[in-house]
Amino acid sequence: MEFETIIGLEVHAQLLTDTKIFCNCSTKFGGSPNSHTCPLCLGMPGVLPVLNKKVVEYAMKMSLATNSNINKSCSFARKNYFYPDLPKGYQISQYAYPLSEHGYILLDVEGEQKKIGITRIHMEEDAGKLVHDEHNPSSYVDLNRAGVPLIEIVSEPDMRSPAEAADYLKRLHEILVYLEICDGNMEEGSFRCDANVSIRPLGQKEFGTRTELKNMNSFRNVQRALEYEVKRQQYLVENGGTVVQETRLWDDAQGVTNSMRSKEEAHDYRYFPDPDLVPVIVDDAWIEKIRKELPELPLARRQRFVSDYQIPAYDASVLTADKALADYFEEVVKLCSKPKAASNWVMGDVLRFLNEEKRDIRNCPITAQALAEMISLIEDGTISGKMAKDIIDEMYKTGKSPRVIIAEKGMVQITDESALAKTIQTIMDANPNQLKDYRSGKEKLFGFFVGQVMKATQGKANPQKVNELLKKMLVG
Amino acid sequence: MELNQLTIHELQEKLKNGETSAVKVAESVFNRINAVEERVHSYIRLMKEEAMSAAEQSDKDLQSGKAGPLSGIPVALKDIVCTKGITTTCGSHILHNFIPPYDATVVEKLASAGAVFVGKANMDEFAMGSSTETSYFGPTRNPWDLTRIPGGSSGGSAAAVAADECIASIGSDTGGSIRQPAALCGVVGLKPTYGRVSRFGLIAFASSLDQIGPFTKDVEDCAIMMNVLAGYDPLESTSVKAEVPDYRQYVGRDVQGWKIGIPKEYFIEGIDPEVSAAVKDAIAVIEKNGGQCVDISLPHTEYCLAVYYIIAPAEASSNLARYDGVKYGLRTSEARDLLEMYKKTRREGFGAEVKRRIVIGTYALSSGYYDAYYKKASQVRALIKHDFEEAFKKCDIILTPTTPTPAFKIGEKTDNPLQMYLSDIFTISTNLAGIPGMSVPCGFTAAGLPIGMQFLAGHFEEGKLIQIASVYEKNAQIEKRRPRL
Repeated sequence: MEFETIIGLEVHAQLLTDTKIFCNCSTKFGGSPNSHTCPLCLGMPGVLPVLNKKVVEYAMKMSLATNSNINKSCSFARKNYFYPDLPKGYQISQYAYPLSEHGYILLDVEGEQKKIGITRIHMEEDAGKLVHDEHNPSSYVDLNRAGVPLIEIVSEPDMRSPAEAADYLKRLHEILVYLEICDGNMEEGSFRCDANVSIRPLGQKEFGTRTELKNMNSFRNVQRALEYEVKRQQYLVENGGTVVQETRLWDDAQGVTNSMRSKEEAHDYRYFPDPDLVPVIVDDAWIEKIRKELPELPLARRQRFVSDYQIPAYDASVLTADKALADYFEEVVKLCSKPKAASNWVMGDVLRFLNEEKRDIRNCPITAQALAEMISLIEDGTISGKMAKDIIDEMYKTGKSPRVIIAEKGMVQITDESALAKTIQTIMDANPNQLKDYRSGKEKLFGFFVGQVMKATQGKANPQKVNELLKKMLVG
Repeated sequence: MELNQLTIHELQEKLKNGETSAVKVAESVFNRINAVEERVHSYIRLMKEEAMSAAEQSDKDLQSGKAGPLSGIPVALKDIVCTKGITTTCGSHILHNFIPPYDATVVEKLASAGAVFVGKANMDEFAMGSSTETSYFGPTRNPWDLTRIPGGSSGGSAAAVAADECIASIGSDTGGSIRQPAALCGVVGLKPTYGRVSRFGLIAFASSLDQIGPFTKDVEDCAIMMNVLAGYDPLESTSVKAEVPDYRQYVGRDVQGWKIGIPKEYFIEGIDPEVSAAVKDAIAVIEKNGGQCVDISLPHTEYCLAVYYIIAPAEASSNLARYDGVKYGLRTSEARDLLEMYKKTRREGFGAEVKRRIVIGTYALSSGYYDAYYKKASQVRALIKHDFEEAFKKCDIILTPTTPTPAFKIGEKTDNPLQMYLSDIFTISTNLAGIPGMSVPCGFTAAGLPIGMQFLAGHFEEGKLIQIASVYEKNAQIEKRRPRL
């Protein structure tokens, strides 16, 4: 039987505000346990939440960037459950009246654009975390993260494969980072994803029973977990079993998902409107103000790169996947006016260096100015492409500018025709047999002479000039 | 008259002209406490040391002309408002050792007005009760009859004022917890409009209903206290940025031509005949002084109690979730795991009434029941609010009895929660509608128990309440009595 996979994702993104959502404590990651807390985020009696306006504005940015409708009025609700990392015994979230609804983003699926619906985006507070001591039967509570603002972005069940889900997640991540409202760090938990997945026989209209997957802390793991889960569900169905609605945890080490709790064990969160907070009223003027603050988004930038710089769509998507990388590329282009060359160097050597060392473009030793300078030096014939390969290695290692490296190593390309002619003559004289064979029709020997010239000049000869001169002189 | 028997405005006069000192006033209050507190039990904790040094500071301020409106005035605080560095228990075992690192906004305001805090007043546990009998620290007794309850939940605050163990006090009112004990103890009590007085630092019972207000010996004192308490607080999202008038200017203004709404639903069978008679006399006094009675109807009154006992417990079940033994307050001495720690801590820490309301509230919010209970109650609440909006188109003020009966005996209703809940039947609608309400003494029963009547006004019309109450107070010529203790 052929099956269709149905996936919907719930993404939690930590917002990059300086202070927490309902108090003035710092949102900085790290810090000694409970150092970023106050009576409010410690859940002490009698203290009251006051909404951080920045959180609303950041959430509005994401709503606009995902084509969502921002509700004129939204409100907060309490999600009630007991856990030591939840100091009030409830999480302030949004339930019946979220900030925005009915959005979408576009994915490239096999060359076609596909809309993935976004059901809703809402604001909420993060919980703290528990620290367990192996040598001691106690657990400790660190509430530094309690009250850090989050947005939850809930998709429609529109994805049809784990790869599509991973792609959606990357696009969403890209947008958040472009908006500079989330640092997108999955390992530190500032970008987290839960997935709902089900299968159904191809052609069936009703959805199958879904499972919810948690604990996937990288794009790769999201895809792996989904792939595993789809196979597990198919195996079950094909062997006469049924899928049970439940929450399952991804076990990275084993590469499997395991049941965490069944539907029956699911919490009853007893949501109700939070009486300590008033509805958030968003008027058109506020929306327009936020809309004006939006930067160019990844999709638009990708399209502009293709049309303005005449680079392939693939290159454009690699370059724009990271805002800082795209900024770097554009800076290089601005300085050297050679988009295709800039794209090749950035996507080739620069990214290779960075990937090898797991470095961020923001910390790249090769500045955009230096790279642009190098490209210009190739263009004006000062250095050859081959020399550039060595120079860029040196630039990455030392952070020096190409001109400095060229000067230090005496690497300037020999373009002087008389000097090159002299060298060629010496080589012709030293290799009479090869010369004779060439002249009697063995044209393949042309490469031999090029090699000899390069060897004699330690690679500094301008290849184009060498070609021209050799063609003339070898004929005799 | 002893100093501790005087009103704020009388003491202000004496302190200003140097007839007495803040220290003498404080001493007089603590002498009274020494004499009667053992029998009345108004306080959970006394703050004598702090009070004496605050009184000394008040005297300095008075001498240097830096005195605030309450300089040297001994004030009791219901143990539900957080006091920095001073144990705040909310009448509960679960918070018996909780020391807040912050002051409630009202505490800050009172302190900067110069008030001298006498102590933390007794209350029903988490303000859940109408008799102060659910306090973990034992009941407060009614100063007029020590075998009777003072009302609740702010029974300690009311009794302290009635017994002259302070000059004024602070209470909180979620369904009548200021007005009912004020009536039963024969003092003035005001529940302001929701959003008028900051809730910051008030330990939450039902957040959409809770409001802080004063207990005083007369109406003018109520105005003086409101001048200090009222105002917008940026620390509270539901605080309202409405202009705060000088409430004292309303004292003594006439009410010529005012329409006094008499809601038929509040004059029903079952009201104690002495209460009924006293309120009727009071109506006559007001009519004689320019008020015109009009019959009005608040048609959804019969649903108030039911709506209240869904919304208040629902909010409470969530508000009280934080008392889990993890961070502060009581933690059970032994537990094998987290779940056991939660269960034992909450079992040991909460009293029966609090548990009852947590259970009711949890049920009302549960999936499958939410629509039938919480949601329906919220809809009916809107209708109750609408009743008042309609009523205030026909009248300036609504007048009702504060309670259906005078103070009942200690233990009389503890086994019958529904009977207990009925003692708030006339006060609950006010909180559901968010409007202000004030209880004013209007006489005594033959047995010498105080009777109170209630004035209600539209949102932010506390001034009107003070105005009519002062007219009544001046003209009723109720016999000045003090409880014999």
